[in-house]
Amino acid sequence: MGLKENLHKLKMKYEGKKMAPAFNALHTFLYLPNMITKGGTHIKAADDLKRTMNTVILALVPCLIFGMFNAGFQHYAAINGMPEDMSFFSTAFWNMDNFLLGLVTVLPLVIVSYGVGLAIEFLFAVIKGHEVEEGYLVTGMLVPLIVPIDIPLWMLAVAVAFGVVIGKEVFGGTGMNILNPALTIRAFLFFAYPTWMSGDKVWVHEAVERAGTPDAISGETILGSYAQNSDVMYSLQDMFFGFIPGSVGETSKLLIVIGALFLIFTKVGSWRIILSTLIGALVMGLIFNGVVDAGWIQEGSKFYGLMSVPFWQHLIIGSILFGAVYMATDPVSAAQTNKGKWIYGFLIGFISILIRVFNPAYPEGVFLAILLMNVFAPTIDHYVIQGNINKRKKRLKVKTA
Amino acid sequence: MGLLSRKDAKLITDPLADNNPITIQVLGICSALAITAQLKPSIVMAISVLFVMGVGNVVISLLRNLIPSKIRIIVQLIVVATLVIIVDQVLKAFAYSLSKELSVFIGLIITNCIIMGRFEAFALGNGPWKSFLDGIGNAAGYGLILVIVGFFRELLGSGTLFGFQVLGDPVEKTGLYAIGYENNGFMVLPPMALIVVGIIIWVQRSRNKDLIEEN
Repeated sequence: MGLKENLHKLKMKYEGKKMAPAFNALHTFLYLPNMITKGGTHIKAADDLKRTMNTVILALVPCLIFGMFNAGFQHYAAINGMPEDMSFFSTAFWNMDNFLLGLVTVLPLVIVSYGVGLAIEFLFAVIKGHEVEEGYLVTGMLVPLIVPIDIPLWMLAVAVAFGVVIGKEVFGGTGMNILNPALTIRAFLFFAYPTWMSGDKVWVHEAVERAGTPDAISGETILGSYAQNSDVMYSLQDMFFGFIPGSVGETSKLLIVIGALFLIFTKVGSWRIILSTLIGALVMGLIFNGVVDAGWIQEGSKFYGLMSVPFWQHLIIGSILFGAVYMATDPVSAAQTNKGKWIYGFLIGFISILIRVFNPAYPEGVFLAILLMNVFAPTIDHYVIQGNINKRKKRLKVKTA
Repeated sequence: MGLLSRKDAKLITDPLADNNPITIQVLGICSALAITAQLKPSIVMAISVLFVMGVGNVVISLLRNLIPSKIRIIVQLIVVATLVIIVDQVLKAFAYSLSKELSVFIGLIITNCIIMGRFEAFALGNGPWKSFLDGIGNAAGYGLILVIVGFFRELLGSGTLFGFQVLGDPVEKTGLYAIGYENNGFMVLPPMALIVVGIIIWVQRSRNKDLIEEN
């Protein structure tokens, strides 16, 4: 227990000094804090912020590992051609070449995301004199999963700094932010450096460098293909298992579903939000299918490609599932009331598909939809609570009358 | 400042910092967001407002005992409108492309809350010299923020200053662009102006704790 004692000694040494929060953070991150609440009556619960955050990270790890393999797989598949008859456990996917390539491309993203983000968290904790908050742990893991594989690291660093400071710290840190910080970071990247965040080149490793040369490879996402009314060359199975180009960690729907079940089982993620988001997306998909069936949109219209996608397929292309499970459920920026969660989730799904279909410039509208609803979440809660109060008042009146 | 008494000098220096119309009074935000994507329009806007406010404050101050208070807003509007039309016409005559760029926002100086605010709050109750200083000071405070925001937005958003490529050529990949730097497209969009103004407010208030409002 040498390390623990040393950390404890350091903590005692710096107690009351300016750098204290930084040492405390290290200590509490590795071990349980040795401070306990005394006196009074308490409800004993083991789920502190740290455990909640770690549960989400655990749920994300499969996506990250799959993302690493997929980064290599997409790269080699783009060069050598897609292997036939892929099943989820085929060795064409799970091999060392794929993993190594993924490791050297994805790991720097993770390191930059955590390095910059935690540095800023530490800095603010020292300046403001409070404890370092655990909030960034999940954000830092989400960020590498929702960016394209080849995003330059300095851009990621700038975006993380922006997202953490403007998206979170100015509001007062973890628990006070209006917007989901990870999505703030993605939105910043999207609007600041659109050439690196969308298009048909950024989703596969090295596709940008090879563009225009004889070795050129394409990395069109499925949404991109649909938006341009071109044929999609991936099977439904590929989409569900995740052998498709896309942001690092959002391609494998199977692993996201497993992660979702894990989050729901541990009661960290709200099943109401996840379910209602999916319902919202399906309803919007059905409406668009109806429009196509009614013949209002003909083949050749620029909306035809995405509108004619069978409504349930919207869930396995793009990142709606990842957004619903890991982003929309962020307990800070989501609606708090149960009824509010249904409305909030439904609108996220609804608007996501709406943006996806109607704005070819934003092939994926999920992050915009979630950010938008983040802003409206407090309003939704307010009206849900007011509605409840009014209902009870009415009941009271009936009784007294 | 030997020219001015200390009290007069304060009329100019106060709005530059601790009583800045944009960052402290939070007035005139719309134009600060709309025209600061580049440095040049920001400066032209700052000068235009300087002219309108300096002259306008003097005119209102001279008329202050003649204006019936019931119709004072109308009179103020007429004065601003006259001055704004002068500015607009001068720009159209001598800097047509700029006036195109600033388009409706020169005309909208009329609605700039800082101007009406200073007429109401200062020029109606003070002599012409003091009103002139107050007008100049407030317009300079407004212009200062405009120029700061314009500077950062143009530098980071387009990599230029006054249209000169100070960071290198993004197409030829020279200068900073040679090592992979890219312009931040977000800087050119209006939301970023709001955020830059917000950061200025933040910096200012953390340097001078007296400015932080209680809530």
